[in-house]
Amino acid sequence: MATFFGEVVVAPSRAGVDDEEETREETPEDREIRRELEKKREVDILWTLKSGVSTESSADEPFVCSKFIVAIGRNAAAFLSSFILDSVCWEVVGVVKLWNEWCRTSSTTNVLPTDSFCLFYRLISDPTVLLCQCSCYVAEDQQFQWLEKVFGRMQKEGLQVTILSTCPVADYKTQESTLTLPAPFLKALKTKEFKEQVCCPLLEQPNIVRDLPAA
Amino acid sequence: LLQPAVSVGNVGQLATDLVISTLDMTKVGYFYTDCLVPMVGNNPYATAEENAMELSINAEVYSLPSKKLVVLQIRSPFIKNKYRPFCQTLLSWVKSSKCARVILLSSSHAYQRDDEQLLGTPLRYLLTPELEKAVGGLMQELNWKEMEKVAAYPGINDTEKILHIPGGGITKLLFTESCSKGIQMAVLLKFCSEGDNIPDAFALVNYLNEWLQLIKSEVNTSSQWKIPSSWRLLFGSGLPPALF
Repeated sequence: MATFFGEVVVAPSRAGVDDEEETREETPEDREIRRELEKKREVDILWTLKSGVSTESSADEPFVCSKFIVAIGRNAAAFLSSFILDSVCWEVVGVVKLWNEWCRTSSTTNVLPTDSFCLFYRLISDPTVLLCQCSCYVAEDQQFQWLEKVFGRMQKEGLQVTILSTCPVADYKTQESTLTLPAPFLKALKTKEFKEQVCCPLLEQPNIVRDLPAA
Repeated sequence: LLQPAVSVGNVGQLATDLVISTLDMTKVGYFYTDCLVPMVGNNPYATAEENAMELSINAEVYSLPSKKLVVLQIRSPFIKNKYRPFCQTLLSWVKSSKCARVILLSSSHAYQRDDEQLLGTPLRYLLTPELEKAVGGLMQELNWKEMEKVAAYPGINDTEKILHIPGGGITKLLFTESCSKGIQMAVLLKFCSEGDNIPDAFALVNYLNEWLQLIKSEVNTSSQWKIPSSWRLLFGSGLPPALF
């Protein structure tokens, strides 16, 4: 389509990229490139659950978990660091290694607050309480993998999951302007099964949550 | 089975929202899939406090047994390289659940029309050979226009024609897969551009209604469809008064 200045551009569409490539058959080279890319974007989780021995997240029985708190994004991760985590009551039990265009995490557990990382902690006094601090960005195509690999290792009966995340106020849709809102403010979403009292109002339509917290 | 393609202007999805909302359909399930970007929110069809708290995700299935209608709503874009796996999974579900026919609501870039397409109705249909046998005659009666094919190599060789649906998302893939699998599928699409696509959604859903007669079509048909509460604030929050 032509713009006001006369140049012809491809209109951005909410439908996403219209991929004619999607329908074309893959050549062996395409397949090879795609496989390599997929391998590079794989999410690896290294658990150190039993006496400091590192194990890959493949085998092993699921471990019992009663409460799982996940903090996604730098703000939520910082909240946990400032108010909850300390080296006396919590021990590191897992680390996620992944790469995408926005960030790379490593398998070291000694991280600085400014690094991108995704670590799992366990409460020493009650080993069924697990905490995850995820300050790295998990890309769209990696979110499902992250989800399956993390929750795949947990026994899901009796499990309560709490997800902490932040969104820009500008993204919040409301009748009045967002400028007048007393920011920051809390909103929640809960499943039918969550029977306890929620400490803040529920998220009103038409607002939504996306990416890893949604997954 | 009625479902949208994630396509230009999200017209198919908006039209599907109108169907679910107007017919007050019940949610019966969802797709747990890695092919769509994750999202979650509260019930988009909420009408009161009581039903506003139900969680809603990116691919959900609704049903209306009285009209033997099942609707799949898709609420987020496809993840790269996942078009084909999704289409295959969807069609195998269609076959295993013995679904009689599938209707896909879609749209295509209006700026890609040729001179002839610029005149007359912007609505088009497509039928797989299986469905052509069953309802081809009805399409003639309704005076509907079939989607034209375009030259495979324009300018070089005008004889070889292929189906081209720019901006249609998974439409072409799903249609060609259905043809090869002998599934009865119809595609209903509208030419449109990005912008306020609510009128396009109404046009598409009225087009669908000409065939399926989901609601009584009277003179002023746009007032018969119920707009869901989630359509509020489609273009963002209110404006700060200090702006003026």
